[in-house]
Amino acid sequence: MSTPQQPPTQTPVPQAVPDWQAAPGPSYTAAYTSPIPVTRTHLGHALASEWTKIKSVRSTIWTLGVFLVLVVGIGLLVAAQTTNEDFGNVPYTIPAFFGLVLGQICLITLGVLVISSEYGTGMIRTTFTASPQRHRVLAAKLIIFFAVAFVVSAFAIGFVGLVTESMHGSGEGTAWGGSVVKGALYVSLLGVLALAVGSMLRHSAGAITAMLGLVLVPAILPAFLLMSESLRTIGEKMLDYNAPNALAKIFGLDEGNGSGGGAQLGLLAGVTAAAIAGAFVLLDRRDV
Amino acid sequence: MIELEGLTKRYGEKVAVNHLTFSVRPGIVTGFLGPNGAGKSTTMRMMLGLDRPTAGDVRIDGQHYDRLKDPLKYIGALLDAKAMHGGRSAFNHLLCLAQSNGIPSSRVHEVLDTVGLTSVAKKKAKGFSLGMGQRLGIAGALLGDPRILMFDEPVNGLDPEGIHWIRNLMKALAAEGRTVFVSSHLMSEMALTADHLVVIGQGRLLADTSMADFIEQNSRSYVRIRSPQRERLLDVLHSAGITVVQAGAETLEVDGGKAERIGELAAQHHLVLHELSPQQASLEEAFMQLTAESVEYHAHSGGAPSPAGAPAAPSPAPAPGQWGDGWKEGRS
Ligand SMILES: Nc1ncnc2c1ncn2[C@@H]1O[C@H](COP(=O)(O)OP(=O)(O)O)[C@@H](O)[C@H]1O
Ligand SMILES: [Mg+2]
Repeated sequence: MSTPQQPPTQTPVPQAVPDWQAAPGPSYTAAYTSPIPVTRTHLGHALASEWTKIKSVRSTIWTLGVFLVLVVGIGLLVAAQTTNEDFGNVPYTIPAFFGLVLGQICLITLGVLVISSEYGTGMIRTTFTASPQRHRVLAAKLIIFFAVAFVVSAFAIGFVGLVTESMHGSGEGTAWGGSVVKGALYVSLLGVLALAVGSMLRHSAGAITAMLGLVLVPAILPAFLLMSESLRTIGEKMLDYNAPNALAKIFGLDEGNGSGGGAQLGLLAGVTAAAIAGAFVLLDRRDV
Repeated sequence: MIELEGLTKRYGEKVAVNHLTFSVRPGIVTGFLGPNGAGKSTTMRMMLGLDRPTAGDVRIDGQHYDRLKDPLKYIGALLDAKAMHGGRSAFNHLLCLAQSNGIPSSRVHEVLDTVGLTSVAKKKAKGFSLGMGQRLGIAGALLGDPRILMFDEPVNGLDPEGIHWIRNLMKALAAEGRTVFVSSHLMSEMALTADHLVVIGQGRLLADTSMADFIEQNSRSYVRIRSPQRERLLDVLHSAGITVVQAGAETLEVDGGKAERIGELAAQHHLVLHELSPQQASLEEAFMQLTAESVEYHAHSGGAPSPAGAPAAPSPAPAPGQWGDGWKEGRS
């Protein structure tokens, strides 16, 4: 056991140190002044920080990599199996739909991980110590994630559309730009919703499970609900608004034009906005 | 300067931090001492705005933590060496922190160098040993070159070399005029690093005193004597004007360092001594006594609130009263 070798003197080495000890009262004279210039932090700093965070972990590479493989890979396979006649009055981006139905799970996973991994590792305390304005951190995460998800999914859908058009284009196809934007918007919003849910639940597995339930249950449940007379209307609404069906509408798979899905997109936007509001309220109230 | 005023935190029924009032001054190392579960980490989390106080207030140079416009340049904190994403490299971990406060990335290289992690800057944090994780955490605390540094049990689980490094770092930081606030559950650790001591037990303030005062008041030195001719020895010492305390059937204790004098007296009077040994009550004992009292106080006084800003150093312990005293108190 170490015993105190010498009692530390109460007065510390005062060389070149201002007389901080002489003034113990509430006079906040800076005892130590750093040469680093003081900057008032703002959202831009938080965005830069979150951008560094999202691109410096493996989970981002994995989820987005699998997403691209699914959307582009399945899309090109489908494109190869179709003929020019199949695209009479539907957008050339349709082959991307099949990969997106699976790929949306990747974006959901990434959305959740962007925040829940910080809670899981304890990083969140370091983050909030550096940026005590919690709402700014969450806002930056939402913006950066949405931007990344939107760009990647728009690229994937657009790429599939271009390749398909070059394979099956006959000069007079339907305009498909809208389906790129709406398809990318839909899956990105799902990811943003996942981020908000992750922020509220603070637990990766829990939040991913909740989001999968939200996507899959309305797609499966109607099969049972439609059997009951009283629940029929609910079942029909679910059938109409579930995530896979929303994507199908966006890509014109049901009506044969690439401009559907507006109501479904609106509903998702509303739900996402509500979840974001809830996440902000809880974030401010709870201990980290 | 950090000022706590009536800081209180409840977790359900449990009062983790109970009306703490003290301040942390710049230019010295202030030790924050208390047994495990005393509420040290909770207090520090509240200082950093991570946990919301149930009551009371913390101010950093007069401001609330979440109003600081450049927090990392004000306070650098190491609460938990593992509070980072293991999949991120040391460099990127520090870079994202730096960017959030507008600190240039050149500073990341500087602090990596300061803590000696430059060679593993590109390695993932999850491969780091506890000591390396601790260094990375400290690098994060130093990023903004802050005027206040806060460390929660920084030497826990470190090897002697790491402990030595952290001790010296803290002293050097304080000598530059910075505020250093460091917690520990070991008195011996505090005695080596701290200039000022804040002791808590069960969330209450037990002592707020300079280290020098604490040592002076608590490190009683005395001489222990055992002799088969106890009665005669007592007479001899008494007539020599030496005050003796009977500490056991055969053991006597004399305050102060008078071993030589006692030995000579015994020889003059041909008395047999079985033991004549100078003793030093350890600071650890003093600390344990101090905190044990707080526990006992709780056990006996049925939750009667202690006065805010509790007594200084060796608090006049409420006499460990009869069993049931508190019960009676509680009813009256
Ligand atoms: N989040 C929490 N929820 C419930 N109880 C807590 C929480 N954090 C701490 N405590 C309790 O508060 C007390 C103080 O804990 P802590 O501040 O960690 O003590 P120390 O750091 O001094 O060891 C302990 O009894 C602990 O169990
Ligand atoms: Mg602790």
